[in-house]
Amino acid sequence: MFTPRRIYMDYAAGKPVEPRVAEAMLPYAKLSWGNPSSLHTLGQEAKRALEEARGRIAELIHAEKKENIIFTSGATESNNVAIKGVANRNKDRGTRVITSSVEHMSVVNPIKNLTAKGFEAIFLPVDRYGFVLLDRLEKELTDKTILVSIVFANSEIGTIEPIKEISKIVHSKNAYLHVDATPACGQVPIDVKNEGIDLLTISSNDMYGPKGVGALYIKDGVRLEPLLHGGGQERGLRSGTENLPGVVGFGKAAEIAKKEMQTSSTRLEKLRERLIKGLIKPIPYSFLNGHPTRRLPDNASVRYNFIEGESMLLSLDIEGVFTSSGSACTSKTLEPSHVLLALGLKHEEAHGSLMFTLGKENTEEEVDYVISLMPGIVKRLRAMSPLTPKELNN
Amino acid sequence: MYSQKVMEHFKNPHNMGEIPDADGVGTVGNPVCGDLMTIYIKVKDNRLQDIKFKTYGCGSAIATSSMITDIARGKTLEEALKITRADVADSLGGLPPVKMHCSNLAADALHEAIEDYYKKQKSKEVTK
Repeated sequence: MFTPRRIYMDYAAGKPVEPRVAEAMLPYAKLSWGNPSSLHTLGQEAKRALEEARGRIAELIHAEKKENIIFTSGATESNNVAIKGVANRNKDRGTRVITSSVEHMSVVNPIKNLTAKGFEAIFLPVDRYGFVLLDRLEKELTDKTILVSIVFANSEIGTIEPIKEISKIVHSKNAYLHVDATPACGQVPIDVKNEGIDLLTISSNDMYGPKGVGALYIKDGVRLEPLLHGGGQERGLRSGTENLPGVVGFGKAAEIAKKEMQTSSTRLEKLRERLIKGLIKPIPYSFLNGHPTRRLPDNASVRYNFIEGESMLLSLDIEGVFTSSGSACTSKTLEPSHVLLALGLKHEEAHGSLMFTLGKENTEEEVDYVISLMPGIVKRLRAMSPLTPKELNN
Repeated sequence: MYSQKVMEHFKNPHNMGEIPDADGVGTVGNPVCGDLMTIYIKVKDNRLQDIKFKTYGCGSAIATSSMITDIARGKTLEEALKITRADVADSLGGLPPVKMHCSNLAADALHEAIEDYYKKQKSKEVTK
């Protein structure tokens, strides 16, 4: 029987750096340490590499031109500068900011921070699949709304939001649309022009690039102020000497993603379907979180009644399988995931969630191995649980 | 995150199950918070002759339940009432700080079970 030592199915939490990416980065860590702002040859070499990487990111998301991309330290910074930068720069036009109830904390918390400074925040409800309720968006979108921030696809439940429709609504008023594409970019095609996106957050590591690098797409004409003030790099929107090895790696990751996205996403979708079916079909009282088809290729988020997520996660860890859980026990707040609660799940249902996110190195054999482990784990924990109905333990 | 001792008890919990004719039953916690524990006790000559548990919850909830059955078995009721949450955590080689309050409920469940036993004894005396 196939018994591997380690199976990593937590790719949404962190991805390995692609070997081709690491290779592309190496010269810029070792040999070409120039500062892109320097006028001498070494500086100009660095500048060329920086601009080439910028071009790759622009191509991946079909930006008008590479100058619409600024580099940041990652998705958290991109989300912060998009949200706070737009709100603070445009408060003469209004103080209302709208978002959804299934956003990442790096969107939720900057918006909460704004409310302490006189802005008004609206968190739109979602349906049971996690789709933003569009009629509620229309209702809440006033003339005083300056920004709407919606995730392209949620990493916990995989649901892909109808961004194009959202954009039409947002642009019927004078607001900007910011989209957090952190888990989506590199997995599903994104065309900022076609989707009607004004600001887009992208992360390097989520595309198998190095950690500590991200980007923000800013459409021409969008007014925002920087978070960091200094030497005026990145068109004055993000001061600080650029992280060149990181940026070059990010550019290479974008180039690979553009070329190989379709093949790798088709492969992942097949694995995901196999995994979801295998995790749910043989086990009673098990359910899929998120939408069955309009979901990210890598995401299999499931839940089991009567048991708790961390104990499942630990049981899988003992077998060498690494996943995430939406239970309170795996968070810092002792609350289950706000995303799962937004779907209308009860606390005890959210606690029983387990998130598998697949990636390049997962195989069908690994998926089948995980599927073979799950019934035993669930059965053992259910036998321990006072919530389990008697007939299930027989 | 967890000590080896916690993982041992999580992997192979001691005294898991129900006692159908228990002399006392104590349940604490709430599924909403992610932890629910039931302790069953059998009392003979003022001592805990048998003790079992059923637990819904995370790794530390299961490990503390298992540990308290080991600590309490054979003790007099008075001794058992003196077992604290800290005793359970210490016996497990410590718990992560975040788990000390939410998932360290086994001592409370045991005390509830003993209270339940006392209550049942009292009502027996009344009916006599």
